[in-house]
Amino acid sequence: MNQLTVFNLLVLVIRRDLLLAMRRRADVLTILVFFILVVSLFPLGVGPEMDMLRKMAPGVLWVAALLASMLSLGRLFSADYLDGTLEQMMLAPQSLSMLVLGKMIAHWIVSGLPLVLMAPVLGLQFDMSVQALLVLMFGLLLGTPILSMLGAIGAALTLGLRGGGVLLSLLVLPLCIPVLIFGSGAVEAVASGLSVVSNLSLIAALLVLCLVFTPWVTAQALRISME
Amino acid sequence: MAINWFKYSAPTTFYGLAGKLVPWFAAPAAILFIIGLYIGFFVAPVDAVQGEAYRIIFIHVPASILSMFLYLIMAGYAALGLIFNTRLSSMMATALAPTGALFAFISLWTGALWGKPMWGAWWVWDARLTSELILLFLYFGFIALHASIDDPRRADRAAALLAIVGSVNVPIIYFSVKWWNTLHQGSTIKFTGTSMHVAMQQAMFVTLVACWMYAVAITLLRVRSIILERERNTQWVSELKEAGL
Repeated sequence: MNQLTVFNLLVLVIRRDLLLAMRRRADVLTILVFFILVVSLFPLGVGPEMDMLRKMAPGVLWVAALLASMLSLGRLFSADYLDGTLEQMMLAPQSLSMLVLGKMIAHWIVSGLPLVLMAPVLGLQFDMSVQALLVLMFGLLLGTPILSMLGAIGAALTLGLRGGGVLLSLLVLPLCIPVLIFGSGAVEAVASGLSVVSNLSLIAALLVLCLVFTPWVTAQALRISME
Repeated sequence: MAINWFKYSAPTTFYGLAGKLVPWFAAPAAILFIIGLYIGFFVAPVDAVQGEAYRIIFIHVPASILSMFLYLIMAGYAALGLIFNTRLSSMMATALAPTGALFAFISLWTGALWGKPMWGAWWVWDARLTSELILLFLYFGFIALHASIDDPRRADRAAALLAIVGSVNVPIIYFSVKWWNTLHQGSTIKFTGTSMHVAMQQAMFVTLVACWMYAVAITLLRVRSIILERERNTQWVSELKEAGL
Protein backbone atom coordinates (compact mmCIF):
# COMPACT_ATOMS: atom_id res chain seq x y z
CA MET A 1 0.00 0.00 0.00
CA ASN A 2 1.58 3.24 -1.04
CA GLN A 3 1.44 6.32 1.17
CA LEU A 4 -0.77 9.20 0.07
CA THR A 5 1.15 12.43 -0.28
CA VAL A 6 -0.59 15.66 0.64
CA PHE A 7 -0.76 16.70 -2.98
CA ASN A 8 -2.25 13.38 -4.10
CA LEU A 9 -4.86 13.71 -1.40
CA LEU A 10 -5.78 17.19 -2.56
CA VAL A 11 -6.16 16.04 -6.17
CA LEU A 12 -8.20 13.06 -5.05
CA VAL A 13 -10.68 15.16 -3.07
CA ILE A 14 -11.00 17.75 -5.83
CA ARG A 15 -11.57 15.06 -8.46
CA ARG A 16 -14.18 13.33 -6.34
CA ASP A 17 -16.13 16.54 -5.69
CA LEU A 18 -15.95 17.58 -9.34
CA LEU A 19 -17.19 14.18 -10.40
CA LEU A 20 -20.10 14.45 -7.99
CA ALA A 21 -20.87 17.94 -9.28
CA MET A 22 -20.80 16.72 -12.89
CA ARG A 23 -23.33 14.04 -12.03
CA ARG A 24 -25.67 16.83 -10.96
CA ARG A 25 -25.07 19.45 -13.60
CA ALA A 26 -28.36 21.18 -12.87
CA ASP A 27 -27.01 22.44 -9.53
CA VAL A 28 -24.06 24.14 -11.20
CA LEU A 29 -26.24 25.65 -13.88
CA THR A 30 -28.75 26.96 -11.34
CA ILE A 31 -26.05 29.08 -9.70
CA LEU A 32 -24.97 30.50 -13.03
CA VAL A 33 -28.55 31.25 -14.07
CA PHE A 34 -29.17 32.92 -10.71
CA PHE A 35 -26.08 35.09 -11.23
CA ILE A 36 -27.22 36.15 -14.72
CA LEU A 37 -30.76 36.77 -13.53
CA VAL A 38 -29.77 38.97 -10.57
CA VAL A 39 -27.44 41.05 -12.74
CA SER A 40 -30.12 41.42 -15.42
CA LEU A 41 -32.68 42.60 -12.87
CA PHE A 42 -30.71 45.75 -12.05
CA PRO A 43 -31.16 47.55 -15.40
CA LEU A 44 -34.87 46.73 -15.19
CA GLY A 45 -35.03 48.14 -11.68
CA VAL A 46 -33.06 51.35 -12.10
CA GLY A 47 -33.70 52.15 -15.75
CA PRO A 48 -31.60 51.72 -18.89
CA GLU A 49 -29.42 54.89 -18.79
CA MET A 50 -26.02 53.70 -19.97
CA ASP A 51 -24.01 56.22 -17.93
CA MET A 52 -25.52 55.08 -14.67
CA LEU A 53 -25.31 51.39 -15.59
CA ARG A 54 -21.63 51.73 -16.46
CA LYS A 55 -20.98 53.25 -13.04
CA MET A 56 -23.01 50.61 -11.23
CA ALA A 57 -21.68 47.60 -13.13
CA PRO A 58 -18.71 46.59 -10.93
CA GLY A 59 -20.75 46.79 -7.74
CA VAL A 60 -23.70 44.93 -9.21
CA LEU A 61 -21.55 42.14 -10.63
CA TRP A 62 -19.66 41.73 -7.38
CA VAL A 63 -22.77 41.68 -5.20
CA ALA A 64 -24.41 39.18 -7.56
CA ALA A 65 -21.31 36.98 -7.42
CA LEU A 66 -21.39 37.20 -3.61
CA LEU A 67 -25.06 36.16 -3.48
CA ALA A 68 -24.57 33.38 -6.02
CA SER A 69 -21.71 31.90 -4.05
CA MET A 70 -23.82 32.04 -0.85
CA LEU A 71 -26.48 30.03 -2.64
CA SER A 72 -24.24 27.05 -3.27
CA LEU A 73 -22.45 27.05 0.10
CA GLY A 74 -25.16 25.11 1.88
CA ARG A 75 -24.35 22.09 -0.25
CA LEU A 76 -20.62 22.23 0.42
CA PHE A 77 -20.67 19.76 3.32
CA SER A 78 -24.32 18.77 3.70
CA ALA A 79 -24.40 15.88 1.19
CA ASP A 80 -21.28 14.34 2.72
CA TYR A 81 -22.69 14.97 6.18
CA LEU A 82 -25.97 13.23 5.41
CA ASP A 83 -24.51 10.07 3.87
CA GLY A 84 -21.75 9.74 6.47
CA THR A 85 -18.82 10.43 4.14
CA LEU A 86 -17.78 13.41 6.22
CA GLU A 87 -17.47 11.25 9.29
CA GLN A 88 -15.19 8.87 7.41
CA MET A 89 -13.11 11.82 6.21
CA MET A 90 -12.67 12.98 9.77
CA LEU A 91 -11.56 9.51 10.84
CA ALA A 92 -9.01 9.36 8.04
CA PRO A 93 -5.36 9.58 9.12
CA GLN A 94 -4.76 12.38 6.63
CA SER A 95 -5.06 16.01 7.65
CA LEU A 96 -8.66 17.22 7.75
CA SER A 97 -7.50 20.74 6.83
CA MET A 98 -6.12 19.40 3.56
CA LEU A 99 -9.35 17.56 2.80
CA VAL A 100 -11.27 20.75 3.51
CA LEU A 101 -8.95 22.76 1.26
CA GLY A 102 -9.65 20.27 -1.51
CA LYS A 103 -13.38 20.69 -1.04
CA MET A 104 -12.98 24.48 -1.08
CA ILE A 105 -11.06 24.39 -4.35
CA ALA A 106 -13.62 22.05 -5.91
CA HIS A 107 -16.41 24.36 -4.73
CA TRP A 108 -14.67 27.30 -6.33
CA ILE A 109 -14.19 25.46 -9.64
CA VAL A 110 -17.86 24.56 -9.70
CA SER A 111 -19.45 27.78 -8.45
CA GLY A 112 -16.79 30.52 -8.65
CA LEU A 113 -15.02 29.90 -11.95
CA PRO A 114 -18.21 29.91 -14.09
CA LEU A 115 -19.06 33.33 -12.64
CA VAL A 116 -15.60 34.65 -13.53
CA LEU A 117 -16.01 33.42 -17.10
CA MET A 118 -19.56 34.74 -17.36
CA ALA A 119 -18.84 38.19 -15.90
CA PRO A 120 -17.35 39.79 -19.07
CA VAL A 121 -20.46 38.92 -21.09
CA LEU A 122 -22.67 40.52 -18.47
CA GLY A 123 -20.27 43.45 -18.22
CA LEU A 124 -20.80 44.12 -21.91
CA GLN A 125 -24.51 44.49 -21.22
CA PHE A 126 -23.55 47.28 -18.85
CA ASP A 127 -21.36 48.91 -21.50
CA MET A 128 -18.10 48.44 -19.61
CA SER A 129 -14.82 49.14 -21.41
CA VAL A 130 -12.50 46.27 -22.35
CA GLN A 131 -9.90 47.41 -19.84
CA ALA A 132 -12.47 47.55 -17.02
CA LEU A 133 -13.70 44.08 -18.01
CA LEU A 134 -10.21 42.65 -17.76
CA VAL A 135 -9.72 44.17 -14.31
CA LEU A 136 -13.14 42.91 -13.22
CA MET A 137 -12.30 39.39 -14.39
CA PHE A 138 -8.92 39.43 -12.70
CA GLY A 139 -10.47 40.74 -9.49
CA LEU A 140 -13.14 38.06 -9.56
CA LEU A 141 -10.49 35.43 -10.27
CA LEU A 142 -8.65 36.46 -7.11
CA GLY A 143 -11.76 37.23 -5.06
CA THR A 144 -14.17 34.36 -5.64
CA PRO A 145 -11.84 31.78 -4.01
CA ILE A 146 -11.93 33.96 -0.87
CA LEU A 147 -15.73 33.83 -0.93
CA SER A 148 -15.60 30.03 -1.16
CA MET A 149 -13.10 29.79 1.69
CA LEU A 150 -14.82 32.20 4.08
CA GLY A 151 -18.13 30.62 3.15
CA ALA A 152 -16.79 27.18 4.04
CA ILE A 153 -16.33 28.33 7.65
CA GLY A 154 -19.97 29.39 7.79
CA ALA A 155 -21.10 26.20 6.04
CA ALA A 156 -19.19 24.09 8.58
CA LEU A 157 -20.61 26.03 11.53
CA THR A 158 -24.22 25.79 10.33
CA LEU A 159 -23.97 22.13 9.33
CA GLY A 160 -27.25 20.32 9.98
CA LEU A 161 -29.02 23.30 11.56
CA ARG A 162 -32.55 24.35 10.78
CA GLY A 163 -32.77 27.51 8.71
CA GLY A 164 -29.11 27.04 7.88
CA GLY A 165 -29.25 28.94 4.59
CA VAL A 166 -30.32 32.31 5.94
CA LEU A 167 -28.10 31.95 8.99
CA LEU A 168 -25.16 31.14 6.72
CA SER A 169 -25.64 34.41 4.83
CA LEU A 170 -25.89 36.35 8.09
CA LEU A 171 -22.59 34.88 9.27
CA VAL A 172 -20.60 35.05 6.06
CA LEU A 173 -21.72 38.22 4.25
CA PRO A 174 -20.26 40.69 6.81
CA LEU A 175 -16.93 38.88 6.59
CA CYS A 176 -16.91 39.19 2.79
CA ILE A 177 -17.21 42.98 2.74
CA PRO A 178 -13.48 43.70 2.23
CA VAL A 179 -13.40 41.52 -0.89
CA LEU A 180 -16.42 43.35 -2.28
CA ILE A 181 -14.90 46.76 -1.56
CA PHE A 182 -11.49 46.04 -3.07
CA GLY A 183 -12.94 44.14 -6.02
CA SER A 184 -15.32 46.84 -7.16
CA GLY A 185 -12.77 49.47 -6.10
CA ALA A 186 -10.27 48.10 -8.61
CA VAL A 187 -12.76 48.43 -11.48
CA GLU A 188 -13.71 51.94 -10.40
CA ALA A 189 -10.03 52.85 -10.21
CA VAL A 190 -9.35 51.74 -13.77
CA ALA A 191 -12.47 53.55 -14.97
CA SER A 192 -11.18 56.81 -13.50
CA GLY A 193 -7.65 56.28 -14.77
CA LEU A 194 -6.01 55.31 -11.48
CA SER A 195 -3.71 52.39 -10.78
CA VAL A 196 -5.42 49.11 -9.95
CA VAL A 197 -2.36 47.56 -8.35
CA SER A 198 -3.20 48.52 -4.76
CA ASN A 199 -6.73 47.08 -4.81
CA LEU A 200 -5.72 43.88 -6.57
CA SER A 201 -2.72 43.44 -4.29
CA LEU A 202 -4.99 43.72 -1.25
CA ILE A 203 -7.33 41.05 -2.65
CA ALA A 204 -4.33 38.84 -3.35
CA ALA A 205 -3.11 39.41 0.22
CA LEU A 206 -6.53 38.42 1.56
CA LEU A 207 -6.45 35.35 -0.66
CA VAL A 208 -3.10 34.25 0.76
CA LEU A 209 -4.28 34.94 4.31
CA CYS A 210 -7.45 32.90 3.75
CA LEU A 211 -5.49 30.10 2.07
CA VAL A 212 -3.40 29.71 5.20
CA PHE A 213 -6.02 30.05 7.91
CA THR A 214 -9.49 29.14 6.64
CA PRO A 215 -8.88 25.41 5.98
CA TRP A 216 -7.73 24.98 9.57
CA VAL A 217 -10.58 27.06 11.01
CA THR A 218 -13.11 25.16 8.87
CA ALA A 219 -11.66 21.85 10.06
CA GLN A 220 -12.12 23.01 13.65
CA ALA A 221 -15.68 24.12 12.90
CA LEU A 222 -16.42 20.70 11.37
CA ARG A 223 -15.08 18.99 14.49
CA ILE A 224 -17.38 21.14 16.63
CA SER A 225 -20.37 20.41 14.42
CA MET A 226 -19.76 16.67 14.23
CA GLU A 227 -19.33 16.02 17.96
CA MET B 1 -5.02 36.45 52.15
CA ALA B 2 -4.69 34.61 48.89
CA ILE B 3 -7.89 34.34 46.94
CA ASN B 4 -8.45 31.17 44.98
CA TRP B 5 -9.62 32.66 41.67
CA PHE B 6 -10.32 29.26 40.18
CA LYS B 7 -13.00 28.79 42.77
CA TYR B 8 -15.08 31.37 40.93
CA SER B 9 -14.60 29.77 37.52
CA ALA B 10 -17.29 27.27 38.47
CA PRO B 11 -20.83 28.43 37.66
CA THR B 12 -22.05 27.21 41.06
CA THR B 13 -19.85 29.56 43.06
CA PHE B 14 -19.90 32.38 40.52
CA TYR B 15 -23.69 32.49 40.68
CA GLY B 16 -23.55 33.71 44.27
CA LEU B 17 -20.62 36.06 43.66
CA ALA B 18 -22.35 37.65 40.66
CA GLY B 19 -25.47 38.18 42.75
CA LYS B 20 -23.44 40.02 45.38
CA LEU B 21 -21.57 42.11 42.80
CA VAL B 22 -24.57 43.31 40.80
CA PRO B 23 -25.67 46.09 43.22
CA TRP B 24 -22.08 47.35 43.48
CA PHE B 25 -22.10 48.03 39.76
CA ALA B 26 -25.76 48.90 39.24
CA ALA B 27 -25.88 51.66 41.88
CA PRO B 28 -22.77 53.54 40.66
CA ALA B 29 -24.07 53.19 37.10
CA ALA B 30 -27.33 54.93 38.03
CA ILE B 31 -25.63 57.65 40.10
CA LEU B 32 -22.94 58.34 37.51
CA PHE B 33 -25.51 58.50 34.72
CA ILE B 34 -27.37 61.19 36.64
CA ILE B 35 -24.17 63.13 37.42
CA GLY B 36 -22.88 62.77 33.88
CA LEU B 37 -26.13 63.84 32.26
CA TYR B 38 -26.44 66.75 34.71
CA ILE B 39 -22.97 68.03 33.79
CA GLY B 40 -23.71 67.34 30.16
CA PHE B 41 -27.00 69.18 30.03
CA PHE B 42 -26.61 71.99 32.57
CA VAL B 43 -22.90 72.64 33.18
CA ALA B 44 -21.28 72.06 29.79
CA PRO B 45 -21.51 75.14 27.56
CA VAL B 46 -23.24 75.26 24.20
CA ASP B 47 -20.93 74.27 21.37
CA ALA B 48 -19.82 77.17 19.16
CA VAL B 49 -20.36 75.31 15.90
CA GLN B 50 -22.90 72.60 16.61
CA GLY B 51 -25.19 74.36 19.10
CA GLU B 52 -27.23 72.20 21.46
CA ALA B 53 -27.27 69.13 19.22
CA TYR B 54 -23.72 68.19 20.17
CA ARG B 55 -24.94 67.06 23.62
CA ILE B 56 -25.83 63.68 22.13
CA ILE B 57 -22.14 62.75 22.31
CA PHE B 58 -22.55 62.10 26.03
CA ILE B 59 -24.48 58.98 25.06
CA HIS B 60 -23.15 58.42 21.57
CA VAL B 61 -19.43 58.28 22.30
CA PRO B 62 -19.60 55.93 25.33
CA ALA B 63 -21.98 53.64 23.43
CA SER B 64 -19.63 53.46 20.43
CA ILE B 65 -16.58 52.81 22.59
CA LEU B 66 -18.37 50.08 24.53
CA SER B 67 -19.82 48.40 21.45
CA MET B 68 -16.28 47.87 20.15
CA PHE B 69 -14.67 46.94 23.47
CA LEU B 70 -17.44 44.53 24.38
CA TYR B 71 -16.94 42.67 21.10
CA LEU B 72 -13.28 42.15 21.93
CA ILE B 73 -14.09 41.09 25.50
CA MET B 74 -16.78 38.75 24.20
CA ALA B 75 -14.35 37.21 21.71
CA GLY B 76 -11.78 36.90 24.50
CA TYR B 77 -14.20 35.07 26.77
CA ALA B 78 -15.32 32.90 23.86
CA ALA B 79 -11.69 32.01 23.09
CA LEU B 80 -11.07 31.15 26.75
CA GLY B 81 -14.11 28.90 26.70
CA LEU B 82 -12.97 27.21 23.51
CA ILE B 83 -9.37 26.69 24.65
CA PHE B 84 -9.80 25.74 28.31
CA ASN B 85 -13.27 24.29 27.93
CA THR B 86 -14.55 26.38 30.84
CA ARG B 87 -18.29 26.61 30.88
CA LEU B 88 -18.44 29.96 32.63
CA SER B 89 -16.32 31.77 30.00
CA SER B 90 -18.71 30.71 27.27
CA MET B 91 -21.67 31.79 29.39
CA MET B 92 -20.05 35.21 29.89
CA ALA B 93 -19.55 35.54 26.12
CA THR B 94 -23.21 34.73 25.55
CA ALA B 95 -24.24 37.19 28.24
CA LEU B 96 -22.15 40.00 26.74
CA ALA B 97 -23.47 39.69 23.18
CA PRO B 98 -26.92 41.33 23.62
CA THR B 99 -25.41 44.25 25.58
CA GLY B 100 -22.80 44.79 22.91
CA ALA B 101 -25.44 44.68 20.19
CA LEU B 102 -27.56 47.13 22.18
CA PHE B 103 -24.67 49.60 22.45
CA ALA B 104 -23.91 49.25 18.74
CA PHE B 105 -27.54 49.97 18.00
CA ILE B 106 -27.65 52.98 20.35
CA SER B 107 -24.49 54.27 18.76
CA LEU B 108 -26.04 54.06 15.28
CA TRP B 109 -29.36 55.48 16.44
CA THR B 110 -27.92 58.50 18.25
CA GLY B 111 -25.49 58.99 15.38
CA ALA B 112 -28.42 59.23 12.98
CA LEU B 113 -30.21 61.69 15.26
CA TRP B 114 -27.08 63.83 15.37
CA GLY B 115 -26.42 63.47 11.64
CA LYS B 116 -29.76 64.90 10.57
CA PRO B 117 -29.19 68.45 11.93
CA MET B 118 -25.41 68.38 11.35
CA TRP B 119 -24.99 66.76 7.95
CA GLY B 120 -28.58 67.12 6.78
CA ALA B 121 -28.92 63.36 6.40
CA TRP B 122 -29.90 60.52 8.72
CA TRP B 123 -27.31 58.27 7.22
CA VAL B 124 -24.02 58.94 5.47
CA TRP B 125 -21.84 56.15 4.08
CA ASP B 126 -18.96 57.23 6.22
CA ALA B 127 -16.27 54.77 7.25
CA ARG B 128 -17.16 54.94 10.94
CA LEU B 129 -20.88 54.47 10.38
CA THR B 130 -20.43 51.59 7.99
CA SER B 131 -18.03 49.68 10.21
CA GLU B 132 -20.31 50.19 13.22
CA LEU B 133 -23.19 48.75 11.17
CA ILE B 134 -21.08 45.74 10.24
CA LEU B 135 -20.17 45.31 13.90
CA LEU B 136 -23.90 45.17 14.70
CA PHE B 137 -24.30 42.43 12.09
CA LEU B 138 -21.42 40.49 13.61
CA TYR B 139 -23.18 40.62 16.98
CA PHE B 140 -26.41 39.45 15.31
CA GLY B 141 -24.52 36.58 13.67
CA PHE B 142 -23.10 35.49 17.01
CA ILE B 143 -26.49 35.63 18.73
CA ALA B 144 -28.31 33.93 15.84
CA LEU B 145 -25.79 31.10 15.56
CA HIS B 146 -25.89 30.51 19.29
CA ALA B 147 -29.69 30.53 19.31
CA SER B 148 -30.09 28.10 16.42
CA ILE B 149 -28.00 25.30 17.93
CA ASP B 150 -29.96 23.32 20.50
CA ASP B 151 -27.06 21.72 22.33
CA PRO B 152 -25.61 24.56 24.49
CA ARG B 153 -22.06 23.17 24.51
CA ARG B 154 -21.93 22.90 20.74
CA ALA B 155 -23.54 26.34 20.47
CA ASP B 156 -20.85 27.79 22.75
CA ARG B 157 -18.02 26.35 20.72
CA ALA B 158 -19.45 27.19 17.31
CA ALA B 159 -20.27 30.76 18.33
CA ALA B 160 -16.82 31.10 19.91
CA LEU B 161 -15.15 30.16 16.64
CA LEU B 162 -17.31 32.71 14.84
CA ALA B 163 -16.45 35.44 17.37
CA ILE B 164 -12.73 34.77 16.96
CA VAL B 165 -12.94 34.82 13.15
CA GLY B 166 -14.95 38.03 13.47
CA SER B 167 -12.42 39.71 15.75
CA VAL B 168 -9.62 38.87 13.30
CA ASN B 169 -11.73 40.29 10.53
CA VAL B 170 -12.81 43.50 12.29
CA PRO B 171 -9.55 45.41 11.67
CA ILE B 172 -9.53 44.24 8.04
CA ILE B 173 -13.13 45.38 7.58
CA TYR B 174 -12.43 48.68 9.32
CA PHE B 175 -9.47 49.56 7.11
CA SER B 176 -11.13 48.37 3.92
CA VAL B 177 -14.15 50.54 4.68
CA LYS B 178 -11.91 53.49 5.49
CA TRP B 179 -9.97 53.21 2.24
CA TRP B 180 -13.12 52.58 0.26
CA ASN B 181 -14.62 55.76 1.61
CA THR B 182 -11.59 57.93 0.89
CA LEU B 183 -11.81 56.92 -2.76
CA HIS B 184 -15.06 58.83 -2.99
CA GLN B 185 -14.84 61.75 -0.58
CA GLY B 186 -12.88 63.09 2.33
CA SER B 187 -13.69 62.14 5.90
CA THR B 188 -16.80 63.96 7.05
CA ILE B 189 -16.27 63.58 10.76
CA LYS B 190 -13.06 64.40 12.57
CA PHE B 191 -12.25 64.11 16.24
CA THR B 192 -11.03 67.38 17.75
CA GLY B 193 -10.84 66.08 21.28
CA THR B 194 -8.10 68.44 22.37
CA SER B 195 -10.18 71.57 21.85
CA MET B 196 -13.03 70.28 24.00
CA HIS B 197 -14.30 72.23 26.96
CA VAL B 198 -13.36 70.76 30.36
CA ALA B 199 -17.00 70.28 31.41
CA MET B 200 -17.71 68.42 28.18
CA GLN B 201 -14.76 66.13 28.81
CA GLN B 202 -15.91 65.50 32.37
CA ALA B 203 -19.47 64.72 31.30
CA MET B 204 -18.28 62.33 28.63
CA PHE B 205 -15.87 60.59 30.98
CA VAL B 206 -18.53 60.20 33.69
CA THR B 207 -21.11 58.76 31.28
CA LEU B 208 -18.46 56.46 29.87
CA VAL B 209 -17.75 55.05 33.33
CA ALA B 210 -21.50 54.82 33.93
CA CYS B 211 -21.93 52.82 30.72
CA TRP B 212 -19.13 50.46 31.77
CA MET B 213 -20.78 49.94 35.15
CA TYR B 214 -24.12 49.34 33.49
CA ALA B 215 -22.58 46.83 31.07
CA VAL B 216 -20.91 44.91 33.91
CA ALA B 217 -24.07 44.90 36.05
CA ILE B 218 -26.39 43.79 33.26
CA THR B 219 -23.93 41.13 32.07
CA LEU B 220 -23.67 39.69 35.58
CA LEU B 221 -27.44 39.66 35.87
CA ARG B 222 -27.76 37.95 32.53
CA VAL B 223 -25.06 35.41 33.27
CA ARG B 224 -26.94 34.51 36.46
CA SER B 225 -30.01 33.74 34.38
CA ILE B 226 -27.96 31.74 31.91
CA ILE B 227 -26.38 29.73 34.73
CA LEU B 228 -29.82 28.97 36.19
CA GLU B 229 -31.18 28.01 32.79
CA ARG B 230 -28.29 25.69 31.94
CA GLU B 231 -28.01 24.10 35.38
CA ARG B 232 -31.71 23.79 36.04
CA ASN B 233 -31.48 20.03 36.44
CA THR B 234 -28.67 20.07 39.00
CA GLN B 235 -28.78 19.55 42.73
CA TRP B 236 -27.66 23.02 43.79
CA VAL B 237 -30.27 24.84 41.75
CA SER B 238 -33.07 22.78 43.28
CA GLU B 239 -31.60 23.58 46.71
CA LEU B 240 -31.77 27.29 45.80
CA LYS B 241 -35.42 26.81 45.01
CA GLU B 242 -36.09 25.16 48.33
CA ALA B 243 -34.29 27.94 50.17
CA GLY B 244 -36.58 30.38 48.38
CA LEU B 245 -33.78 32.37 46.73
